[in-house]
Amino acid sequence: METVFTQYAWLIPLFPLAAFILLTSFGRSFKGLGVMVGSAASLASLVLALLVLFERMGEGVEDYQDGFKWLDLSTIQLNIGFEVTNLSALMLVIVTIVSLLVNVYSAGYMKSDERITVFYGYIALFTFSMLGLVLADNMLALYIFWELVGVCSFLLVGFWYQKPEARAAAKKAFIVTRIGDAGLLIAILLLFWYMPNHALDFVNIQNVFNEQTGTIAAGITTLIALLIFVGAVGKSGQFPLHVWLPDAMEGPTPISALIHAATMVAAGVYLVARTFDIFQASQAAMDVVAYVGAFTAIFAATIGVAQNDIKRILAFSTVSQLGYMMMALGLGSLTGGIFHLFTHAFFKALLFLGAGSVIHAVHTQNIHEMGGLGSRMRITAWTFGIGALALSGIPPLSGFWSKDAILNTALHENPVLFGVGVVAAFFTAFYMSRLFFLVFAGRPKGEKQAHDSSWTMTLPLIILAVLAVVTGFVETPWNNTLGTWLSGGTETTHTGGGLVMVISAAVGVLGIYLGWLMYVKGTIARDAVSSRMPWLLRLLERKYYIDELYQVVFVRGLRGLGLLLQAMDDFIIDGIVRCVGGAAVLLGRGGTRLQNGQVQTYGVITLLGLVILIVAIAGRRFW
Amino acid sequence: MLSSYLTLAAILFCIGLYGALVKRNAVVVLLSIELMLNAVNLNLVAFSKYGAVPSLTGQMFTLFTIAVAAAEAAVGIAVLIALFRARGTVNVDEFDEMRR
Repeated sequence: METVFTQYAWLIPLFPLAAFILLTSFGRSFKGLGVMVGSAASLASLVLALLVLFERMGEGVEDYQDGFKWLDLSTIQLNIGFEVTNLSALMLVIVTIVSLLVNVYSAGYMKSDERITVFYGYIALFTFSMLGLVLADNMLALYIFWELVGVCSFLLVGFWYQKPEARAAAKKAFIVTRIGDAGLLIAILLLFWYMPNHALDFVNIQNVFNEQTGTIAAGITTLIALLIFVGAVGKSGQFPLHVWLPDAMEGPTPISALIHAATMVAAGVYLVARTFDIFQASQAAMDVVAYVGAFTAIFAATIGVAQNDIKRILAFSTVSQLGYMMMALGLGSLTGGIFHLFTHAFFKALLFLGAGSVIHAVHTQNIHEMGGLGSRMRITAWTFGIGALALSGIPPLSGFWSKDAILNTALHENPVLFGVGVVAAFFTAFYMSRLFFLVFAGRPKGEKQAHDSSWTMTLPLIILAVLAVVTGFVETPWNNTLGTWLSGGTETTHTGGGLVMVISAAVGVLGIYLGWLMYVKGTIARDAVSSRMPWLLRLLERKYYIDELYQVVFVRGLRGLGLLLQAMDDFIIDGIVRCVGGAAVLLGRGGTRLQNGQVQTYGVITLLGLVILIVAIAGRRFW
Repeated sequence: MLSSYLTLAAILFCIGLYGALVKRNAVVVLLSIELMLNAVNLNLVAFSKYGAVPSLTGQMFTLFTIAVAAAEAAVGIAVLIALFRARGTVNVDEFDEMRR
């Protein structure tokens, strides 16, 4: 089949880039420009991405790669280019859809903000970076966009930089992810060193690691895979580098949706999926990925139960769901991971935008100060409910199918992780029902005039709700369309598994039922657990004291080291510099005193110089 | 013989140098410079008579030097008089125009 649009896939990231440049150069003079330009660019990208996706759905489509020479280092060449695979085509669509909807939504949400055009410029840059990352055909290009994504998240999380918390959160997001980036950079350097011909492009990487010819030693393979995973851990908010993600909630809510659904955190999962062959070549690395993912899934899910900030609960649910994706990838199911990424993108964007709509109406983020919003904000409540059900894994919504695919794999590969996944699913359902019932059910409190937002904000919610319902059907136990398409038919997806479906649905329903009993019916007292075990509540509320631990161990330690180094810089390095400077000044002072305009003084100095010269010349004879 | 002439010339030169560097009065400085010049002249003559290759060239040179020194002294005195008219003093300590 002819690939018409695929050849022009490189245009997809360029639309948002153009929008960014346009908005940065002319944004100040045209206030209303942001919405139009940002949305138009995203729309153009979406259309092209959809065309590419449809084209790739045809029979026998080859991966398309094109590029140009970027650096010629005589012995090696560094190319930069793009590659369209089924995976990247899917990612392109996810990113552009969410980006477009966030653009439209922000028109309402950020309407009264002074720097709205700047905001749109940042979103466009963020979209550009993520699309570039998805299309990159080699590790180096990917790394460049990877860093750009990091910068954009820094800019956007700290968008309201007047708030000290936002500044701190932006710095935290940037610094914590940098730790992961360092790992990725080392991995790229190792790849560069060990790959034949220093090839860094994905095609070669796939070939080398697929053949299992021992081109690269097993230990090195594991090391590379683990270092890449460190990068993914940083970006995708996996334990132990998850701490930045909840704090990143200080940014505007549409940004949270963008970061959590399509761009920043998806980058880590995408990276692992893109370099999946390296991971598959090393069982140890796969195990690490699976266990870290599973641990993160349950760890974050339990924290989510005890949080009171609507956005923070969603943030921890993102961490938890990303854990699921990593677990799926670690268990060897590329389809499961990407499928969950795909469905999660829509329902998580939906949940965040819904939460934004609520925050916009009631001006608080504490779920205990909300209540009874269901009757006032019908569209928001309905769509949010759909998102929450999808996240809880209730059939037939999309989240159920993708979670089912992961749990199915887990049951076959590693029953322990299956158990962890099921428990995490229960907690997920529980905290989502807690959140939903506290916000939308019960008697109203606080703001009386809460009402649904304007159409720019509700329209994206409706579209996302529809997507959250239907996207699950691309991969069901009796229909492996996505899996076959993604893996080229090589991956054996576990069919059947009626038991898993029943268990995961039952767990979801149970979690919601428990939430309903606690927060609507009141049959079980809300403090049934917390009154008996207050330490547990505290532990969960403080997120297992991870932040405090880091504060003591790393932040204090590094600050101490910093102070020491600063003292060294101030006193030793600066001391030497000041000495040199002082000597020069002293010499200068002496010089000015000598130059007093008296010919006789000059004469004496000349005479002295002559005497010294003579003594020196005469002295050399006896030396 | 030569060394005694040279010693005398050295003594004269040193006196001249001392005067040129130390004396306040510009006229005395000028005189001291003449003294140094003449010390050199004495050297030239002494070498032309008692040097390794005696010839008249040294004495000829001395005559030239005396003539040039006379001209120089005239110019120097003229400058001094101009200075004296402008500043009302011949004290070299007060001439520090070179500093600016």
